[in-house]
Amino acid sequence: MPVEFCGIELEHPIVNASGTYDALAARRVFGDAFERNFPFSAYVSKTITLDPRAGNPPPRLWELGQGMINSIGLPNKGLVRFVEEDLSEYATLPAPLIVSVMGFSVDELIAILEALDGRDEIAALELNFSCPNVKTGNIVGSDPVECEAMMTQLRAHSDKPMIAKLAPSTSRPDLVAMAAESAGADAVSLINTLPGMAFAPGTSRPWLGAGSGGISGPAVRAVALGQVVRVSTSVRIPVIGMGGVENSRDAQQLLDAGARLVAVGTENFRDPAAGNRISAGLAQPAESAANPD
Amino acid sequence: MSVVARPQAPFGRRIVHVTDRRVAGPYVALTARDRGGPAPLAGQFYMLMTPTTWGGGADGRPYLPRALSFARAVSTADGIALDFLFEGVGPGTDRLMEVGVGDELLIAGPFGNGFALDGERWPVLVAGGIGLAPIVALEDELRELDGVRATTFVGMRSIDHASAAGLYELEHELATEDGSAGHQGYVTDLVKAHLEEHAESTVYACGPAAMLEAVRVLCAELGVPSQLAMESGMACGFGACYGCVVPTKDGFTRLCVDGPVLDGSQLDTALISGAPH
Repeated sequence: MPVEFCGIELEHPIVNASGTYDALAARRVFGDAFERNFPFSAYVSKTITLDPRAGNPPPRLWELGQGMINSIGLPNKGLVRFVEEDLSEYATLPAPLIVSVMGFSVDELIAILEALDGRDEIAALELNFSCPNVKTGNIVGSDPVECEAMMTQLRAHSDKPMIAKLAPSTSRPDLVAMAAESAGADAVSLINTLPGMAFAPGTSRPWLGAGSGGISGPAVRAVALGQVVRVSTSVRIPVIGMGGVENSRDAQQLLDAGARLVAVGTENFRDPAAGNRISAGLAQPAESAANPD
Repeated sequence: MSVVARPQAPFGRRIVHVTDRRVAGPYVALTARDRGGPAPLAGQFYMLMTPTTWGGGADGRPYLPRALSFARAVSTADGIALDFLFEGVGPGTDRLMEVGVGDELLIAGPFGNGFALDGERWPVLVAGGIGLAPIVALEDELRELDGVRATTFVGMRSIDHASAAGLYELEHELATEDGSAGHQGYVTDLVKAHLEEHAESTVYACGPAAMLEAVRVLCAELGVPSQLAMESGMACGFGACYGCVVPTKDGFTRLCVDGPVLDGSQLDTALISGAPH
């Protein structure tokens, strides 16, 4: 089931959520079979920041009954080494490349966009708006005013399709998405992880090294469905829906809710070939949906 | 040092059938027939879960697969007979304890680097508790090599726990914390005595973080190389989640793709936070 997304023809609607699949590591681990059976119709990179980041101190994971909490902390090589070392390798993957970027200020984001704008290896950019405005403390991706102001400033600095990744901690994701759209976003993606924490067993101290983290997995699926319905009925630009997708039935629900593409995240950790399984399941006739793959 | 190419893990998960289940003290050993994967290297690991009823234990867990080193891999005409040794210490391993002969497991792997054999030096193998698993695998690998003599030390809480070594007819010197068999005390007492006499050794160790740290410090003091098979909470096993990092002298390292075996000289400490399995 081919699908058009921001002018890009994709073979099917299943992509990965940023930060849930290191395709370069997977290629080393699984070899040719990984490339021959690439799980996604487009590949979304882990988030790149201007400066290198080591990420958060471990422990970084906490398991839940229906998902997990992570506090990974956006470890990455930084813009310069990403462009020099990784971009050409990503370009050899058998799927269009969407690069996820985050800045801690408008100027940082503009510097990243300008460095990436001329790179033909990149089909689109995803703007990870889950970081706070350092002046106001508001999360850009959950505040319509912040989001519109940020998007307006960024739009002039890249001709590439721009996907605004919203933050879920808002009662009105539709207003944030509409703000992104009116400021020139080509698409929106949601939901990011929900903030949460866990105590270390037998204590009242945080387990995670960073204190708190983001909840993902089936635990957030209903939140995702609710927000995707609300957003996709409010904007004309395409929506990438994600949150707790484990099988083709979950993916179909997000498509039915109005998403153009569906991203698989945490399920990749349990099944490296989850993307293959889910896209194949979507292509099956509806009557087999009782036993979704 | 010999450098052996890592075997390529098949892409995705596969079903394996359990063909044997043995109990030794608090430990269970499952043998599973892997018809889809390559022969692994000692120290490599697999991600395991059950295809059904994975979840619903304590706090509704487990949800994520569990990373387990294999204890023995025997090539047969019908695939690789893989042994996994574990103790029920959390919702994941508790569920695996329920698995019986004829049941299915979902596995992915082999993942990680495995031990890098240093053929020029005397191999000294050190196992603590459930860390026995990759040490058995390494001893199997060494036995295949002509003229290599290895010395194996095993530390267990009690004679009951020590019965796990008997499952694999492991030739070893034993220390138990309660003195119910072998040397009373820590296995590192035995290792120290050996290394003080034989500095031409290389130590390969797996066990609790405190034991690994004692081994690391001892080896550093005596100028003996050490390879430590470590453990960390892990979601994926193939480099995707960045959850399993441990601090090294080069910064945070993903244990799943750059470990689980790390050179002791890479570490400032082997005391890392474990995760409830």
